[in-house]
Amino acid sequence: MTPEPDTRLVGATAVTPGDSGTADRGTVPAAGDLFDITLRVNRVPYTVRVPARRLLSDCLRHDLKLTGTHVGCEHGVCGACTVLLDGEPVRSCLLLAVTVDGQSVTTMEGCRGPDGGLGPVQRAFMECHGLQCGFCTPGFVTTVTAFLAENPDPTEEQAREAIGGNLCRCTGYQNIVKSVLRAAELIRAADGGAGHLREPGSTNGNGPVTVDGEA
Amino acid sequence: MKPPSFGYHRPQTVAEALSVLARYGPDAKVLAGGQSLIPLLNMRLAAPKVLVDINRLGAELDRLDEDEQAVRVGALVRHARLARRTPSTSTTGTSMADAAEASIPPLLAEATRYVAHPTIRNRGTTVGSLVHADPAAELPAVLLLCGGSVELASVHGTRTVPAEQFFVGPLQSALAPGELAVAATFPRPPARSGSAFREVSRRAGDYALVGVALQVALDGDGQVASARAAYLSVGPTPVLVDLTDAVHGSTVDWEDAGRLAQSQVEPDDDIHASAAYRRHLVGVLTRRAGEVALARAREASGDA
Repeated sequence: MTPEPDTRLVGATAVTPGDSGTADRGTVPAAGDLFDITLRVNRVPYTVRVPARRLLSDCLRHDLKLTGTHVGCEHGVCGACTVLLDGEPVRSCLLLAVTVDGQSVTTMEGCRGPDGGLGPVQRAFMECHGLQCGFCTPGFVTTVTAFLAENPDPTEEQAREAIGGNLCRCTGYQNIVKSVLRAAELIRAADGGAGHLREPGSTNGNGPVTVDGEA
Repeated sequence: MKPPSFGYHRPQTVAEALSVLARYGPDAKVLAGGQSLIPLLNMRLAAPKVLVDINRLGAELDRLDEDEQAVRVGALVRHARLARRTPSTSTTGTSMADAAEASIPPLLAEATRYVAHPTIRNRGTTVGSLVHADPAAELPAVLLLCGGSVELASVHGTRTVPAEQFFVGPLQSALAPGELAVAATFPRPPARSGSAFREVSRRAGDYALVGVALQVALDGDGQVASARAAYLSVGPTPVLVDLTDAVHGSTVDWEDAGRLAQSQVEPDDDIHASAAYRRHLVGVLTRRAGEVALARAREASGDA
């Protein structure tokens, strides 16, 4: 199972990647102007037309139809919308899509295993009952994926610290901590398993996707 | 929930950014990390007419310039870059032997690790945090304690504003319309000194109910020559208190220093904590930070 970009919304034609409207040309655009940006999401290149005020979280969900990213508090507190920007976890609700024009984003959908099944972090959350309602889970999975890439053998204390910026109202966190440690085991056993998320190569057969997010 | 509409400009050079800021004056707002600005936009507490996104100015502003006197932090240096310089065992000592960390003042690195969560630190910037001038933020207190300054550029030139003049009120800095804060300079601590940052917050990563940045300097005989602390979240701006009278000489009593500090601050009640509790925390944190800073000063003096 590879990411299936939605190709229905094709409206922005003749858009050149890197040509981001008038913003780069020294004139100040008016409020409401639209910008053509390119994002590489889960290794699939997208071109999307958005207003400057479009949050990355809304761009992913509404324009690209990648609803794996969940939106909770929308002011950076809950962590549900966490995605990886060039491999580093960030709050997608605290970023404008135009700001990250040209950068790579990994979402929950991109945390799948190389075979398209559950990735190691997702599998660990399932095995350890690290989720109940599941609303917060995408933020945990992306955060933990990046954390384990940097620290493949964390202590329990380090695991707790790593997830300190993500809120879960169901589990009480105990099983999430277990999930982090279990995911570390799975990744180590899989011989560098999470490394594939940082490799920009190996596209999966999807060509560039153009989306018109004007709304 | 989404931000109100705004005109968006993404300059490619600082000079271009300054000309846009000059044109729009108070109607323009600078976007760097956005970790404080975008929540305000999302909640519609701020509605600038024009946003000047400086994230393409990395070549000029994502710079750390270090020399023996100070470290100059460019406006696009994200917190994570400074926080990573601190070893995870930082509670036990400053490990000046660690070459990677030695290039950043230990207090700056330690305090940065208290800024929000790692995810926020990946995006938020040191200079942005200073300009936001939240009285509950960590870095304004650090800049004030170490006698640092902020560089403000405009089409008319650059001026350097010392920390004690930079923070003028809650969420108010000396940054004037048309200006861009391009860097902040944090002087290195003197020889035979040690520092510590401590805070108490409701949950890890929350804004501090009270926090303190504290520095102790020893004289040639290993006695305390001076002790100063900057407190956050106890007033409209960070509050600098000279603790030397309470702790100089051979018998160091941090409880005394805590009482001295308590007499110098005027915290307010708010929904997070009462003024009385904040005053209590000033005493507790002075002791906690003071003991650690003194131990580190002795370690740095080879008198552990």
